[in-house]
Amino acid sequence: MKEIFVDIERCTACKACEIACAVEHSATKTLFGAVFESPAPQKRVHVEPALVYSYPVRCLHCTDAPCIAACPNGAMTRDSVTGSVIVDEDRCQGCFMCAMVCQFGAISVSAQTRTALKCDRCPDRLAVGLPPACVEACPTRALVFGEEEDLASEKRLSAAARVAQAVSGAAVHPSSATPLDTLRSLRGY
Amino acid sequence: MTRETMDVATEALYERACDCGIETGLDRLEAQQPQCGFGQLGTCCRICYMGPCRIDPFATDGSSRGVCGADANVIVTRNLLREATGGAASHVGHARHVALTLRDAMNGRAPYAIVDRAKLLSVATGLGIAVEGKADTDIAKEVVDKALEDYGRQDGEPANWVAFRTPPKELEMWKELGLVVSNVHNEIEEAMHRTSGGNDADPVNLLLGTLRMGIADGVGLAMATDLQDIMFGTPQVRGIEANVGVLDANKVNLAMHGHNPVLSEKIVEWSIRLDDEARAAGAEGMNVVGVCCTGNELTMRHGVPMAGHNLQSELLLVTGAVDAMAVDVQCIWPGTVKVAECFDTKIITTEANVKIPGAMHIPFEAANADEAAEKIVRTAIEAFVARKGKEVSIPQVKASGLAGFSVEAIVDVLAKVDPDNPLKPVIDNIVAGNIYGVVAFAGCPNPKIRASEMTEIMAKELLANNVLVVTTGCTAHILAQAGLMSPEATEKYAGDGLKAVLTALGGAAGLDGPLPPVWHMGSCVDNSRIVNLLAALAGTLGVKLSQLPVAGSAPELVQEKAVSIGSWLLALGLTVHTAPVLHVLGSPVATKVLTEDLVGITGGRAYVEYDPKKAAAGLLADIATKRAALGI
Repeated sequence: MKEIFVDIERCTACKACEIACAVEHSATKTLFGAVFESPAPQKRVHVEPALVYSYPVRCLHCTDAPCIAACPNGAMTRDSVTGSVIVDEDRCQGCFMCAMVCQFGAISVSAQTRTALKCDRCPDRLAVGLPPACVEACPTRALVFGEEEDLASEKRLSAAARVAQAVSGAAVHPSSATPLDTLRSLRGY
Repeated sequence: MTRETMDVATEALYERACDCGIETGLDRLEAQQPQCGFGQLGTCCRICYMGPCRIDPFATDGSSRGVCGADANVIVTRNLLREATGGAASHVGHARHVALTLRDAMNGRAPYAIVDRAKLLSVATGLGIAVEGKADTDIAKEVVDKALEDYGRQDGEPANWVAFRTPPKELEMWKELGLVVSNVHNEIEEAMHRTSGGNDADPVNLLLGTLRMGIADGVGLAMATDLQDIMFGTPQVRGIEANVGVLDANKVNLAMHGHNPVLSEKIVEWSIRLDDEARAAGAEGMNVVGVCCTGNELTMRHGVPMAGHNLQSELLLVTGAVDAMAVDVQCIWPGTVKVAECFDTKIITTEANVKIPGAMHIPFEAANADEAAEKIVRTAIEAFVARKGKEVSIPQVKASGLAGFSVEAIVDVLAKVDPDNPLKPVIDNIVAGNIYGVVAFAGCPNPKIRASEMTEIMAKELLANNVLVVTTGCTAHILAQAGLMSPEATEKYAGDGLKAVLTALGGAAGLDGPLPPVWHMGSCVDNSRIVNLLAALAGTLGVKLSQLPVAGSAPELVQEKAVSIGSWLLALGLTVHTAPVLHVLGSPVATKVLTEDLVGITGGRAYVEYDPKKAAAGLLADIATKRAALGI
């Protein structure tokens, strides 16, 4: 099962993910169509400030999702095809028990129906083999769509390389500072 | 922004805004967080319609390029030049407006006059105009011709104000570097042309273009100051008050906001003429107060109270006590109209190119200056009548001090010590180390760093280390509000050497106490006064500006105008501190040239530091290096 992962170091707070999310959840699914729609389409990902960093917060589609357990109407369910946690708007009574138990603030409110609003991982896109809109829109690959095991494997290899470098006495070069690192160091004096 | 650490007046006004449910810039700044990294790094290009393109800051090998092939260096330096162009356009436009007003006045078509004949003669002489046997009006017309020539000449010769106001060594250096500006409008055209799609792609060439744009900006600054002094008088040292407490609930409070004294001078005149009407309307009189740079113009020449800096332009309205805020150009926040709607306050725009929906518009041109000014003052009186008896909340916070430190006023004071060589006392004390150096503060209050008291703490650190601080623009408001323009501040904050010098000068000037440790030299265009002062010091010593133990700082940079002013100072060879960092970090070339290589070109250097104490220490280290090189 593929998940959306975030590399906080690479997030520049450009909010391209927010715009792409709203467009994907619009009627026209085009930027120039979406900006003229009423009601205006809503984003399900929120780029929030975090110390000198920024972080796109969205639903993590937890395996043991408390929002599903908390919903009194069975409106919050797991999609059998995509595995995503999704809202059935017809069943949702707008009590926001789901928002209360969510540890990530990933559930907001639909301006039009006053029901729960959250990331659905773009089922229309997944159906045709495309990654979620936010992932595709991210210009720095801070958002990636991949298997948990692949992410873990990549990190294991990186950890192993660091150990090997240390043991072999090779100089362990600190990763070269990017412009964004410089900016963060200035802001975080 | 943590509200707890803001100054008392700002804090009180912000609290009131929150209580009244009024949104201000501080709220909007919070709502804008986090802000886009591409914008901050300068690596977003919207110049053509193959884009917009953005350069991945993590592709540090330069592999990330725009559709046309422009890399981060090209995009950043093009954007920087366009920022400087926006700033220079503001200043040369301001100066042209003043020149045209002087022209119309001399032709009997605008109600303005020559107020400072001595300045007229000195400017005319400096421009190479023969003054003997000529009527003042004719001399002034020739000065105007020289001014307008800088907007039209096509002969490539140095602009009149470049030749007039640039120190000889720097002018020579600019000639060698190919930086001499001839026609300021051509510079703006050239810059927009070369940064348009498919033109200049050499980042170093583009950075040199930014230096040229700084020099064009300097023409605007110097010309505006000179012509304004001729028409409105050269400032002399006088007592002033600063902060929101200068508003008076029982008077008609008319706040002047913007930049051009052509408007605000007329408002002061008509406020005096219509004072009886204000009293007849139940007020205790007219109370004109200044905001932002036109506030500085008025306080320098008339001692008009300084009500607030740019960040306070909305917050002042939250008092409910501002009857009208009349504005001209630059730094006018659209948000002011929304705040004004909560009260009886009228926002009055006056310029054809600065209109805001929801504001009242009273067209102001030199020819109809009296009619428009009269109408603006009457509008304020009418708003007072509507406001009378309603609750207002004016934090009783204000500081007093001295302003009006034009170069002429400074030389007048110094001449009392040494009439033959007025600058000698300053130079002797710089050599002796009693004045360790001079740092010029300019620019704005930036809400991103205002809560850190960046400007105040930097200034206090420098003063304690015997560095004289001179200031213009909104940093002048900040430093006046902090009490740093008072003689008492010399006792409290200046190091022993600086204190002794300022005490001696204060005595010579016939003051009860010392001169203040922070000298208010005017508005943003009056950064020209600072450069004139440094040029006089450098000329007397026979050194380049880059060798002087001096530096500039925009401690809370906001506007494109600060970028162009800073570019002028870099072209002149000064070290220029800024916070926040310019939008250049995305380009390794721009970052290196501005912070390192430029030292070997003009002597100038850009320096970034957000921590006020570290920034002061950085500038002190820079001054120490320059002193050592001079052998003092």
